[in-house]
Amino acid sequence: MPAQESYPDDLKYHQEHDWARVSNGEATLGITWFAQDALGELVHYEPPDVGSTISKDESYGEVESVKAVSDLIAPLSGEVLEVNAKVVDAPETVNDDPYGDGWLVRVRLAEPSELDTLLDAAAYRASLENA
Amino acid sequence: MAQTLQRTPIFERHVALGARMVSFAGWEMPVQYTGVIPEHRAVRGDCGVFDVSHMGELEVEGMHAFDLLQSLLSNDLRKLDVGDAQYTLLTNDRGGIIDDLIVYRTDQHRYLLVVNASNRDADYRWLKDHEIRGSDVRDFSDEFGLLAVQGPRSLERLGLPEAKSFTWTMGEVDGIEVMVNRTGYTGEKGVELMCPAEDAAALWDATVARGATPCGLGARDTLRLEACYPLHGNDITPETDAISAGLGWTCALETDFTGADELRRIKADGPERKLVPFVMTDKAIPRQGMPIAGGGIVTSGSHSPMLDVGIGMGYVPAANAEAGTELTIDVRGRPRGARVVKKPIYQRKES
Repeated sequence: MPAQESYPDDLKYHQEHDWARVSNGEATLGITWFAQDALGELVHYEPPDVGSTISKDESYGEVESVKAVSDLIAPLSGEVLEVNAKVVDAPETVNDDPYGDGWLVRVRLAEPSELDTLLDAAAYRASLENA
Repeated sequence: MAQTLQRTPIFERHVALGARMVSFAGWEMPVQYTGVIPEHRAVRGDCGVFDVSHMGELEVEGMHAFDLLQSLLSNDLRKLDVGDAQYTLLTNDRGGIIDDLIVYRTDQHRYLLVVNASNRDADYRWLKDHEIRGSDVRDFSDEFGLLAVQGPRSLERLGLPEAKSFTWTMGEVDGIEVMVNRTGYTGEKGVELMCPAEDAAALWDATVARGATPCGLGARDTLRLEACYPLHGNDITPETDAISAGLGWTCALETDFTGADELRRIKADGPERKLVPFVMTDKAIPRQGMPIAGGGIVTSGSHSPMLDVGIGMGYVPAANAEAGTELTIDVRGRPRGARVVKKPIYQRKES
């Protein structure tokens, strides 16, 4: 079942429709409800390699629906510690639970100060309304 | 600059259903309602309805309508009796494919051509330019609505009798008079219903009320790809020929239609490359334009909702065209494995 629209308050957001959940110098990353809704049912997740480095504002992987390919934009820089294998096997998990089981990667943050550049839920919601 | 898009007589129904509308061949068309995958499965499992009113309808009438079309279309029109339909190609001097279409013989001296929306004007001009005395070519696309109702339960849901594929008859659905064509683009049993434009919205409502699932262009593309039906503009173009595309069966090479000489030569020499269906053996989704190692190119690619893998069609050197041949596709810089398969890529088991 597709998830209902939501933007949890405990997450940080990037304008390119990505979210980060930060704790203890690590972050879990994913795409927002808005992004998965725009793409439609996901059928492929091309993850980065574990151990690779991702850079804020740059592509770290791809997700695809039947019709479209979309770059995943890193909201924060860091080293990839883990890739969500469940999403590799069943990409539609992102549609069902974009902020929970549908997370994409876990990273060790390289520049914790980058956090200050991200939006809180209210600011991200406002950016969607103004789009 | 934004171009004004045309709308079919069913446009308001699509909007009311919450369809995602896209620009396609100059038309504002629904790409999906609830989602490509559920719509695709509805057609494979039961019945779906597609608004294909954007397609062109050309009519050729007159004592010499047969002569004109027999000289311009690749298939043998002599096989067509009134009540029959035939898949055929409009070819250029080089044997290239101007369009692929279905021709219906509607009377002794009258033929209906249902053509791709994107080629409607080019087809009309080509036919007009070659018109001979006693063959009148008309474009009456705007006067008609066309709905494709497809799926194993389509005839039963519409209350229409079984009929042989590639035939047509006049019929009615809930009091609306329609031309019932036993044709389609999904690989399933089904019909294409043609009616006056002013009846099209009521016909749509009737098919939906009878249980057909509204389906958009997204599912239309994945269904035709699983069935290995070529898409003009992707898999076949004015620059590609029928022999290389595996459409030799639509070419009556013993007759003299436009480009037949060139097609006979290609057939005799053997095509240099062939259009083949393939299934990904690695996790990846092929897309149009991706290179295939060894000098090939993907012309159509997507995800197969039935097989849950990437599938596609593309041109490869003839030596690599046998079913079972392993291919390597360049997926945005990443080499990914695929295997040539026999047509169709997917066929539902009859239950």
